Amino acid sequence: MARIIAGVTTSHVPAIGAALDNGKSGEPYWKKVFDGYERSKEWIRKVKPDVILLVYNDHAVAFSLEIIPTFALGCAAEFPVADEGWGPRPVPKVIGHPELAAHIAQSVILDEFDLTVVNKMEVDHGLTVPLSLMYGQPKEWPCPVIPLPVNVVVYPPPTAHRCYQLGRALRKAIRSYEEDLRVVVFGTGGMSHQLQGPRAGFINSKFDRRFLDLMTKNPKALTRITHLELLREAGSEGIELVMWLIMRGALDEKVREVHRFYHVPASNTAVGHLILENLK
Amino acid sequence: MGKPNAYDDIPGTTVFDAQRSRQGYHLNMFCMSLMKPENRKAFKADAPAYLDRYPMTGAQKQAVLDRDWNRMISLGGNIYYLAKLFFNDQKSFQYVAAIMTGSTQEEYAAMMLKGGRPPKGNRYLSDWKKRG
Repeated sequence: MARIIAGVTTSHVPAIGAALDNGKSGEPYWKKVFDGYERSKEWIRKVKPDVILLVYNDHAVAFSLEIIPTFALGCAAEFPVADEGWGPRPVPKVIGHPELAAHIAQSVILDEFDLTVVNKMEVDHGLTVPLSLMYGQPKEWPCPVIPLPVNVVVYPPPTAHRCYQLGRALRKAIRSYEEDLRVVVFGTGGMSHQLQGPRAGFINSKFDRRFLDLMTKNPKALTRITHLELLREAGSEGIELVMWLIMRGALDEKVREVHRFYHVPASNTAVGHLILENLK
Repeated sequence: MGKPNAYDDIPGTTVFDAQRSRQGYHLNMFCMSLMKPENRKAFKADAPAYLDRYPMTGAQKQAVLDRDWNRMISLGGNIYYLAKLFFNDQKSFQYVAAIMTGSTQEEYAAMMLKGGRPPKGNRYLSDWKKRG
């Protein structure tokens, strides 16, 4: 039986990927960010997941305003790394897990989550930066990755509650897969940031720290958070924190917080990172 | 048009909702087109002619030519799409954020290093009105 052993949340700021790709990770500005992931790299080397289910958002790369799926699932055998306008990131292509992905799609749709099945898709920094933060610069990613893109670009994204419920359905789906697979779920994006308009640069550390606390101890409280509160308190782009709730819903109610890192700034953004393990 | 939205009460912020997505469709799809090298070349060779390929409004085209980022946003532009345009100009998110906030890039970067724009005084339109 497949099971979810842990969840990871992390920001996916594109400048972090660029810093790594351009050999700037040792510069004092970026070192502060990468140092926060040293323990995480050790952790994931030890835990060695068989599959990663990675929740992220596409940034007008694979999807555009032509088609806007609220929840989608990458069911392909592989996902090429997208050229986002300055050439593809020099990272390995992402290998999928089509069998498990197909099983998840079937299970969650029958569980009333009508997600979009995607059999051909390029992946952008939203997916590759979290992998780089956790694995560094390997020749190949150490395990298959199932991408789960969520629309957070066009308002409204799915609600925090809906995201959490999707996480519950994903948990059920994975636990009903026969093969013994140890799965880690990533919830990416955030934390507080605003990239647009005269309020750009908005950061709310108090809000972020409370959010981190509740992710570990009382995620149900976070499912009641409204979009208005997220926009006002976490910034117009900070609303993407709803994606963290998908990961959290996929874990058990009680978890062990293995690692926490919070840092301002990476470019325009507050970096937040958690590793949460299921107790059994 | 529907009623005003509760999120219109957040200062200096334009929420890219379904109405704005409709209004900015061609502006954003023009930006998206710049991900292809042949389109970047055509845009560089003759920007006004390239913009005429998209059924955008005159105001939207002018805002693009002026690189008036706040104006593009007010006309339905979304920052992740506008990024294709400023990446094409070899500019970063921080460069454009500084312009949108009316500060120099140095001032903006310094603000971020000090922890960013604080929530206090930046939550409600009335906060900014008081400030004048």
